[in-house]
Amino acid sequence: MENLLEIRNLKISTLRGRQKVLLLDEVDLNIPKKCSFGIVGESGCGKSITANAVMNMLPYPLEVSHGSIRFDSRSGEVDILKLDKKALRAIRGQEISMIFQEPMTSLDPIFTVEMQMYEALSFHHPGMSRPQMRERALEMLHRVNIPRPEQTLTSYPHQLSGGQLQRIMIAIALINDPKLLLADEPTTALDVTIQAQILRLMNDLKEQNDTSIVMITHDLGVIAETCEEVAVFYAGQIVEQANVMELFHHTAHPYTLGLLQAVTSLGSETRMLYTIPGIVPPGGQWSEGCRFSDRCSRCTDRCRQAMPALSEISPGHWCRCWLNSEEVAQ
Amino acid sequence: MKKKNAPVRNRALPGNESLLRQLWSDPMGRAGMIGVGMIILLAVFAPWIARFDVGKMNSKARFAAPNATYWFGTDNFGRDIFSRIVYGARVSIVVGVVAVSIAAGFGYLFGLIAGFFEGKVESVIMMVMDIIFAFPHILLALFIVAVLGKSIVNTMIAIGIVNIPVFTRTVRASVKTVKSTDYIANARSIGLNRMNILFKHVTPNILAPFTVQATLALSGAILTEASMSFLGLGIQPPDPSWGSMLSDARKFMEQAPWMAIFPAVFIIITILSFNILGDALRDVLDPKLKL
Repeated sequence: MENLLEIRNLKISTLRGRQKVLLLDEVDLNIPKKCSFGIVGESGCGKSITANAVMNMLPYPLEVSHGSIRFDSRSGEVDILKLDKKALRAIRGQEISMIFQEPMTSLDPIFTVEMQMYEALSFHHPGMSRPQMRERALEMLHRVNIPRPEQTLTSYPHQLSGGQLQRIMIAIALINDPKLLLADEPTTALDVTIQAQILRLMNDLKEQNDTSIVMITHDLGVIAETCEEVAVFYAGQIVEQANVMELFHHTAHPYTLGLLQAVTSLGSETRMLYTIPGIVPPGGQWSEGCRFSDRCSRCTDRCRQAMPALSEISPGHWCRCWLNSEEVAQ
Repeated sequence: MKKKNAPVRNRALPGNESLLRQLWSDPMGRAGMIGVGMIILLAVFAPWIARFDVGKMNSKARFAAPNATYWFGTDNFGRDIFSRIVYGARVSIVVGVVAVSIAAGFGYLFGLIAGFFEGKVESVIMMVMDIIFAFPHILLALFIVAVLGKSIVNTMIAIGIVNIPVFTRTVRASVKTVKSTDYIANARSIGLNRMNILFKHVTPNILAPFTVQATLALSGAILTEASMSFLGLGIQPPDPSWGSMLSDARKFMEQAPWMAIFPAVFIIITILSFNILGDALRDVLDPKLKL
């Protein structure tokens, strides 16, 4: 396999009453090896459920109704959606790890950091002795720049700060040297100075471990700082995908443009912050045409009638918008 | 109850020592602990505390009022009421503990299954629980004893069955809360299997409400036993039970009121102590619930 992870035609649906409602619609993603890949979009666009689907742990009643997720595991290429539970557990935490938005609640409050780190280790390496586990845990804490690792090991989660906890979460996620790290808004709950430290740390660890990172965020600043390739999600679809430089300098989709304009910078003298009017239409209420048409300032009749396809407007730059396909045609 | 310095639950759990100390520092908790401790001491050391053989009748000393020999007086057979109360405590505690263990054990199992594996399994379990729940406690317990036959073991089984739904509901609700927390999602993302998650992460985190429920259910079970014995379908004579002592006393209310007063007082003290202890325990274990 050329890529580490290949998502093909992924559709995720939920049950509303007895009706199946689509939440994610035909998403294709390729995550190359040793790459940091950004997924950006507003809340409710399908970013997190994509990550959960990669772990095959969608909460009931969500389910994958179509598609495949192929992963280049140590024991060969597998389709994560078709694995049995045992094989799945062998992949989770060992080959694909995940870190979550809320570090304060992501560790079990009644166990020490030590016990939770050993748990992640011993589950995948049953033969490991306690001193070996301790050594590995200390090494990981050291690598995520935790001051006084020995003391931290015996602490309970409530005795540590959010930044420290997120470092520990990263340490636990990387303790088995996974090939892929899914980071679901890892810095959203942290304050800005800590955010920068965590992002830098994740970048460094990626370089050291050759781990691919999928960074899910709604913050384009985070993307700019960490990612090489970016996919913009809107209403369960990818609307634009490109290399990070290409995306920022030659933004093609009006939605991405809106997101970029909504980023505030210190130097600018704007009085009112920019917002995209309206909200993301929830699953089941998508329009037949372009799903962004209701909120788009450049919307035409054509946009309301038919959905544009995701087309390559320049090498490696994909966009789902009528405006661009016309420009390309001309 | 308003308390300053709400203790953090996480600190209360790892060491039992701090839990007991916190209970002791609360006046209500202390009262509950003293009351419960006293009853348990009576039950454990009954043979040493009782002054007479429980079954021994003395026709010369029938209806003796409380005096230096018979502290709580004697009954219609001339049996020492103090000794019978002491042994009655043993019966109450044993019945209470065994019945609650049955209820808590099955309730935990059903609640865990219902809460963790949603869907049809949950619906079926909860439907059965609702049916049991719909019967008045005593009525159902009496019915079960009537079917199984009168004996102390069957009384415990009956009271146990009747109390299963309360535990099932408590456990199921807590499991559902814990299940949707980030640390369970994290445990799954590490690759842990269901058994590991259920017993290592879910169970310890639902212990607080479970313990409180057990303490409160204990008083309910003791009361149910007393009521059943009062009605004649619980503990059978000659085994002493506070309920049946009360029942015997009915006929001699005017002649020998102490026959009714002492068992009644002990029932009240026991129930009150367990309830107060349960409330105090809840305050310590679950500060979020405080009003």
